[in-house]
Amino acid sequence: MSKLFSKENRKVFTEPLNFNNPIVVQVLGICSALAVTSQLEPAIVMGLSVTVITAFAGVIISLIRKTIPTRIRIIIQLVVVATLVTIVSMVLKAFAYDVSVQLSVYVGLIITNCILMGRLEAFSMMNGPWESFLDGVGNGLGYAWILVVVGAARELLGAGTLLGFQIVPEVAYEAGYVNNGMMTMPAMALILVGVVIWVQRAVCGDKEK
Amino acid sequence: MKINKNSNLYTVLYASGVVVIVAFLLASFSLMLKAPSEANERIDKMKQVLASLNLRNLDNSAVEAAYARIVVKDMVVDAKGTVVAEKGGFDIEQKAFSDDCLPIYICRIGKAEKIVLPLVGKGLWGPIWGYLALNDDCRTVYGAYFNHASETAGLGALIKDETFQNEFRNKIVTDTAGQVVLTVVKKGNVKAENTTFECDGISGATLTTNGVNNMLHEYIAKYKPFLDNYLKKKEENSHE
Repeated sequence: MSKLFSKENRKVFTEPLNFNNPIVVQVLGICSALAVTSQLEPAIVMGLSVTVITAFAGVIISLIRKTIPTRIRIIIQLVVVATLVTIVSMVLKAFAYDVSVQLSVYVGLIITNCILMGRLEAFSMMNGPWESFLDGVGNGLGYAWILVVVGAARELLGAGTLLGFQIVPEVAYEAGYVNNGMMTMPAMALILVGVVIWVQRAVCGDKEK
Repeated sequence: MKINKNSNLYTVLYASGVVVIVAFLLASFSLMLKAPSEANERIDKMKQVLASLNLRNLDNSAVEAAYARIVVKDMVVDAKGTVVAEKGGFDIEQKAFSDDCLPIYICRIGKAEKIVLPLVGKGLWGPIWGYLALNDDCRTVYGAYFNHASETAGLGALIKDETFQNEFRNKIVTDTAGQVVLTVVKKGNVKAENTTFECDGISGATLTTNGVNNMLHEYIAKYKPFLDNYLKKKEENSHE
């Protein structure tokens, strides 16, 4: 048991949350981070789905890593991810229809998420299943928390709501407060991600130095 | 024996093996889950029809009973106003909508008859669709429901929002000359004299709301001959 949560393994899990975050440090998965963060709810759903898929794709690739021919390894990784995503979406459609309707647009985005390919190629191809699982969960959550921060900021400032509930009181609107429509545009997502990267570097220091 | 993982033979065999396994997995999952997913789709469609009649947030288990109670007929009509089939409108997929094949629902809420018109159109990124429920005068909106496949979350996707859909309630659909007047305009541009037939759009989602507007105009015009016939028949009945 102690080996499962050894210092190295804990590092594998916690590093992507901060010092080696897929979005702010590795700058992966930016496109979907911009696309789904105009509201908090899709941001959470997308974050969780990517976490589940990175974890399980990592385990599968890691299990078969010694058999994969080098020349077609990327194709094999992609096939595993695509199969996994398709099966998950079919299961959701049969047993949790409401969730699947919500996810509809994002399912395709999960397959194309560069974090998946990046982690499979850089980590799961060289490490065991358990480490790959931790790495997948860590990177997924590292991606998810940035999405949640950006999604919450955009929904709050852009629409005055969080998860659809009104947060900014009516009184504020009567006093002349106006929602910032800019926040709902994709351009502001890029600027907000930039701000998050800036804050992260300012607090934790530049890893490259 | 040590296998050369870089040999062409190994690569080809490996790729073929993966394809067969994946195909088998996907096909078996698809077959196993077909029945429950189709049942879910039916219930969802019923829910959408009922939502246009302002019956929202129904529990999944209650949907079928409510649908059976409220929807009297699901007919198929054509754009000339003739009834093609008295039944089976529900099973027509959106892809199959054409001038010869338009589903229509005759519903009963309390004592009043309502007519639900299914609509299909194009949003910014993909298809949009909706159901427009009219009162039995065929001129005023009783309720509306819109949905989309892939509009931007927080912008175009808001056509699915109840607030937007409620804008349409009690609006006038056609003027006395029979022209479609129901219009979605840019948010905040509803003129004071036009509040009876103009609806506020969604700011930041002009293209999607234009899509809704075009869809309404196109389909109301297509259903118009049927609605005229319906009114004529109603008048005859009231004379008898």
